[in-house]
Amino acid sequence: MNELPVSEADLQAYADGRLPEERRSAVEAWLAARPEEAERVTAYRRLAHEVRAAYETMLSDPVPARLARAASPRPQWRRMAVAAGWVVLGIAIGAPAGWHVRPERTVTQLVPDNAVIARRAAIAHATYSPEVRHPVEVGADDEQHLIAWLSKRVGVKLRAPKLEEAGMSLVGGRLLPGDNGPVAQFMYQSQNGRRLTLYVRTEASRNRETAFRYARENNVGVFYWIDREVGYALASADLSKDELLRLANLVYKKLEP
Amino acid sequence: MDEAKRLVELIPRLRRYARALVGERSSADDLVQDTLERAWAKLHLYRRGTDLRAWLFTVMHNVHVNRVRATRSSDPLEEEMPELAQRGTQSDALLVRDLDRAIARLPADQRAVLLLVTLEEMSYEEVARTLGIPIGTVMSRLSRAREKLRAMMLGQSPSAKLKLVK
Repeated sequence: MNELPVSEADLQAYADGRLPEERRSAVEAWLAARPEEAERVTAYRRLAHEVRAAYETMLSDPVPARLARAASPRPQWRRMAVAAGWVVLGIAIGAPAGWHVRPERTVTQLVPDNAVIARRAAIAHATYSPEVRHPVEVGADDEQHLIAWLSKRVGVKLRAPKLEEAGMSLVGGRLLPGDNGPVAQFMYQSQNGRRLTLYVRTEASRNRETAFRYARENNVGVFYWIDREVGYALASADLSKDELLRLANLVYKKLEP
Repeated sequence: MDEAKRLVELIPRLRRYARALVGERSSADDLVQDTLERAWAKLHLYRRGTDLRAWLFTVMHNVHVNRVRATRSSDPLEEEMPELAQRGTQSDALLVRDLDRAIARLPADQRAVLLLVTLEEMSYEEVARTLGIPIGTVMSRLSRAREKLRAMMLGQSPSAKLKLVK
């Protein structure tokens, strides 16, 4: 059988135990005839072992609190959202060069698709929030039924986050037609009558996640984001962008599993 | 968010690699912290279902390269050879210290490859992807790093000692 010449890469792979089975015996035969090379490979193996041993204690070293904090999502999300509504585009541009991101996952391509949710939410808000007598189909006094019904129709387990601490109480909710199936709309109201709606729909393509984004449709401000298979849009014509952002942060926090 | 949980689980490995890469504990932890923060800011670019560890190491590599560039700290010259003391006797602690020093003397590009292969036990393909370099470059850097390390450590390892000590 004709053997390929043994290359330096073969020797490295052999030292790492990463050489394919069929190549191994050829390298072993080659090394058997060359004691110096064999010793070099043995030294590489020993060094790899020593390197692992040298830093092994780092694996059991207690993790400093500042690192545990940095690994938790909340402060970053908030900071990021506060930084700017449009923050995401800037981050996308600075994507790590060495990592290949599928084109459909880049934010720039997500925008047109996502902007749809903002527009739909704004229209739904503009349609129903001025309603005096029939702002919702099912009122908050029957919240259990409301949640069960909307969850069943939308196809995901929904929750209406409690926003009392931000001065907003749940009025109720309704079912709306959407692009990918039924959509839920929850309506909230402050004591002085300012209204906020949370538009919740399932996303056609799963496993995506975005940061908060802001859009404005006519008079309606919308913060929207996607968390796995669910898209959210928080809309209001009565609140400033900053107030809306604070509420979006609160909603996001309350919806955390 | 299960990514959050996995991020936490990966911290010790990030710390280990960072410690070996930058050679000093507190700046290693600074690097890990910057990496975690950047990872959160960029989590929407992470493709779920792919290797979170490899992605994190990519983030860390980029953060590290930027930091090195910003502080203008230069790599040791390729030609520079260490003036490591030759010892007749040694303990494990000394071996660890010498190894740590020898690794610190490797050019940064080679050091990263060597550590990802030996410490993280990544495949060559993973290393190539993590560092954004061709696999041939991974192999040549690995080969050079190992040969330098071997030369520096000659006389430091127990089995080689027998031959060198007169």
